[in-house]
Amino acid sequence: MYNPTVARLTYRALLGRRRALILFALPAMLIVIAGAVRAFTGLDDKIAADLLGGFALATMVPLIGVIAGTGAIGPEIDDGSIVYLLSKPVKRPTIIMTKLIVAIAVTMAFSAIPTLIAGFILNNNGQQIAVAYTIAALVASIAYSALFLLLGTVSRHAVVFGLVYALIWESLFGSLVSGAKTLSVQQWALALAEKVAGEGYVDATVGLPTAVALLVAVTVGATVYAGQKLRRLTLAGEE
Amino acid sequence: MTTIDIDHTSRWFGNVVAVNDVTMRVGPGVTGLLGPNGAGKSTLINMMGGFLAPSTGTVTIDGTPIWGNEQVYRQIGVVPEREAMYDFLTGREFVVANAELHGLDDAAARRALATVEMEYAQDRKIATYSKGMRQRVKMASALVHEPSVLLLDEPFNGMDPRQRMQLMDLLRRMGDDGRTVLFSSHILEEVEQLASHIEVVVAGRHAASGDFRKIRRLMTDRPHRYLVRSSDDRALAAALIADPSTSGIEVDVQEGALRIQASDFGRFTELLPQVARAHGIRLLTVSPSDESLESVFSYLVAA
Repeated sequence: MYNPTVARLTYRALLGRRRALILFALPAMLIVIAGAVRAFTGLDDKIAADLLGGFALATMVPLIGVIAGTGAIGPEIDDGSIVYLLSKPVKRPTIIMTKLIVAIAVTMAFSAIPTLIAGFILNNNGQQIAVAYTIAALVASIAYSALFLLLGTVSRHAVVFGLVYALIWESLFGSLVSGAKTLSVQQWALALAEKVAGEGYVDATVGLPTAVALLVAVTVGATVYAGQKLRRLTLAGEE
Repeated sequence: MTTIDIDHTSRWFGNVVAVNDVTMRVGPGVTGLLGPNGAGKSTLINMMGGFLAPSTGTVTIDGTPIWGNEQVYRQIGVVPEREAMYDFLTGREFVVANAELHGLDDAAARRALATVEMEYAQDRKIATYSKGMRQRVKMASALVHEPSVLLLDEPFNGMDPRQRMQLMDLLRRMGDDGRTVLFSSHILEEVEQLASHIEVVVAGRHAASGDFRKIRRLMTDRPHRYLVRSSDDRALAAALIADPSTSGIEVDVQEGALRIQASDFGRFTELLPQVARAHGIRLLTVSPSDESLESVFSYLVAA
């Protein structure tokens, strides 16, 4: 279920495009902010939790997930170069699985690692806050990658839909409508972080069993569906 | 020896019928798929290449359905019309990746690059390639596994004459080897130079099939229409209609011109200036009025 050639092409496509600059810019921003906060306010567990939860997990992880998830397949389908992968005796679900693994690896590398570094800068992992949010970022990376890879497979406007989901649904509706929080990757990831961090620093609205069940269901469901979609993908040509 | 069979196949997109009840068999040798733009050539090639499901009917390779069966790519090589490829790779990296996806090693990629004579530029990024170079690297990527069937969608588009000749030589050799080579084109001369067998599609229908000489004859023997203006239209019309090479003349008063239908193309083109001279008539305009490919093809469909 993994093809090293497909993986290599996907890595190069993801990291070689101009979009990749955002992959570097967002984590750099997080670390700079963390350094500035630490310099001005000193060690503060509450501020550390707020920054990691409010910026790292709520904004940076989904944005990187959108870029890596949709970017792993969307541009190839748009410009038609996917034909060179499809015209090979390689199973289509294998192509999807490989691209998912690459998207997850890239999202984790560019979101979880900077989160951990920022956490240590902010409060030396006091109350396990850095580790808690890093675990949340790792888990969210998997679900976001699967979700946005599916979007990239089914829609030409995957980036727009991805941004709408990540920024409007999760952030805006999530804070206004409590029901929306149940259907939010961010909240599921927070449910895990809550168990790791010290009491009162992480607040998730979803219980852990529900969160895990939904995470698994979304990841597996999106991946299987994307594999099906790719099997039936038609290239209509330019006529 | 591999054969692709298209059997009573139609394909529509919403309300638009792109391919309408086509039945054809493509066997070893070079076959040209000829038709005007928008006739359904790409749709047919996409169905033969497994990128599009037929709406009705079947498309099979040696009896096995092509759609939804990635194993057919062990036998099929595809050269798509679209330009997009992995521009951030070098030509060599691209062909090596294609070989790997077939489970082959670098040697296969080297052979393919040598076949298309692209070794000299193989270490440059594809983004820097000309259209002809891209076309050759696409060819190499389709040839790495030495397929028994090669499908090419408008392969000569954007090539200069020398590149066109090289590619024709290569395809001819592959056809002589007993491979099944199918290429599409909307240019009769291209097809005529290369293909021993021609399939013509017009407006989604299979219009003609067979030897190019037969089709060429159909095309030149068709009635030709001319728009002629002269110093004395009626006198010219009277003189021309006396000869059997002219099958009809209309005096278009509004346009101030004659619309002439000639049944014998060669004889008419000699006759017209002679008749004009003999009657002291000056020819002001002589223009063929239906030389567009579409009208040639629509004549073929009716034939």
